[in-house]
Amino acid sequence: MSSIPADLKYTKTHEWVRVEGDIATIGITDFAQKELSDIVYVEITALGKTVKQTETIGFIEAVKATSDIYAPVSGEVIEANAQINKKEGDAPAMVNRDPYGMGWLCKIKISNPAELSTLLDQEAYTNLVQRSQHH
Amino acid sequence: MKFTPHTPEDIQYLLQKIGVKDVASLFDSIPEELKLRNPLNLPPAFSELEASVELKRLADKNLGTDRLICFAGGGAYDHYIPPVIDAIISRPEFYTAYTPYQAEVSQGTLQVIYEFQSLICRLFEMEVANASMYDCASALAETVHMARDITSRHKILISGTINPRYREVVATYATGLNVPIQTLPYTADLTTDLKALNDAIDNDTAAVLIQHPNFFGYLEPVREIVQTAHEKGALFVCAVDPISLGIITPPGAYNADIAVAEGQCLGIPLYFGGPYLGIFTAQKKYIRHMPGRIAARTTDITGKIGYVLALQTREQHIRRERATSNICTNQALCALIATIYLTWAGREGIKEIAKQCCAKTHYIADAIKHIPGFTLLSDRKFVREFTVKTPVPAREIVKSGIESGILSGVDLGNFNPEWNHWLLITATEKRTRAELDRYIDFLKTFSA
Repeated sequence: MSSIPADLKYTKTHEWVRVEGDIATIGITDFAQKELSDIVYVEITALGKTVKQTETIGFIEAVKATSDIYAPVSGEVIEANAQINKKEGDAPAMVNRDPYGMGWLCKIKISNPAELSTLLDQEAYTNLVQRSQHH
Repeated sequence: MKFTPHTPEDIQYLLQKIGVKDVASLFDSIPEELKLRNPLNLPPAFSELEASVELKRLADKNLGTDRLICFAGGGAYDHYIPPVIDAIISRPEFYTAYTPYQAEVSQGTLQVIYEFQSLICRLFEMEVANASMYDCASALAETVHMARDITSRHKILISGTINPRYREVVATYATGLNVPIQTLPYTADLTTDLKALNDAIDNDTAAVLIQHPNFFGYLEPVREIVQTAHEKGALFVCAVDPISLGIITPPGAYNADIAVAEGQCLGIPLYFGGPYLGIFTAQKKYIRHMPGRIAARTTDITGKIGYVLALQTREQHIRRERATSNICTNQALCALIATIYLTWAGREGIKEIAKQCCAKTHYIADAIKHIPGFTLLSDRKFVREFTVKTPVPAREIVKSGIESGILSGVDLGNFNPEWNHWLLITATEKRTRAELDRYIDFLKTFSA
């Protein structure tokens, strides 16, 4: 069973969000990293740009597939996790090892806090994952 | 594995195994009205001897550069091809292999691709090269996808001094993408109009596409163009001539973001138009946006060197519907030819070939200045090709040349009716002094 912390918000597209003030830290869930398997590269293409909720903000490349990363909330993409694509070692694998910690992907300065209520909580996301696993 | 066709016994065995009466019933699902009821309308079979005589007869209708002294270029050049190329590419490991899908068992092919990429990077002074594309035109067209993908912008500016055939291919690719392509005019001296570039470039420009030396043979003010492009946040894409890089600054040195080229001049025969070799290079930061595939060197768990296809993410394997390019083959045999050619020539050889092309072309240009009725169309510097205004339509000079055993140049009227009196002239290292003089004497017969 995948780990789904209670203090985070989730999207149907398997991003998680940690809200601190008006900053949303974003990553992909434990379930998502397991589905993707070995992650080799992450790119935040929208760094510095203002995006709307559900827009593509980057992509994540695993050995067997590439997936888009979607903005869970509208706002400005102010920071990308520079540690993930460091040249030395297998830095992108941090997303596999610690998806909710060291493996965070980027930060968005929230422009419309009302959108946070459209995100899933732990229970709703758990249900979504369970349904996905049955397929 | 046997390569003999199946015998009647094999067929019977297979049909029995799958429980089908005869071969025809395998096609039962095809509606009757769609089936061909009569045999194909073909002449009777030839013997091998008859077939080779007929093919030779047809081939002899071509007037190749073995029979005409060639002064025509425009993207395809009559260079000397050393015999070592045929000797190596004829090895069946190379000659019969298709695209190396089974990467791990094609170590020789993968090593060649790796060496090819390395040599190209060195010649172009660019950071990464892929394992080849179809030709320069399609490579240039792929840069349009890539530039849009990288910059998230839409507009493409393409210089009017780029080979018109390349521009057609770029336009064809762009149609499907709904990309607006704006052609930049050229000045009286046949180089890109910088003022027009300044007026046209804006914050939605994804890339500026230039050919250097350009289609008319002249050197473009690349440093000014690259600066203008970068100031506006657009990529600078350059189509170059690999041989010219023996004597002029390579694209990496003037900060090209992407540089492409036609590799035919690197040991590939003229072949009536193809197959040719598309060269594609970029700065390393754009590697994941590149089309095609990249081979890399690694070591296995016992420490032995091995070659792998490291990046092929733009194609069906990984990016699938997100792929910006669906190009999924490479010109492995042509890339092998270029690899052998570059290795055979070496750094000094490429310089020498470029110098000879340059000297011989300038010898012709200097003589033409003194033929009444002919005018050089530009005072700009050129490397191996230049454009001359002719006293009669260029078409007539080309036609008459063929009767005299000379391929006089490229009649630019083929591309644009305004260029009917424009002749594009080149001379490779193959041309002798006697041939150059004979050509100049031939042009004098058109003297006004």
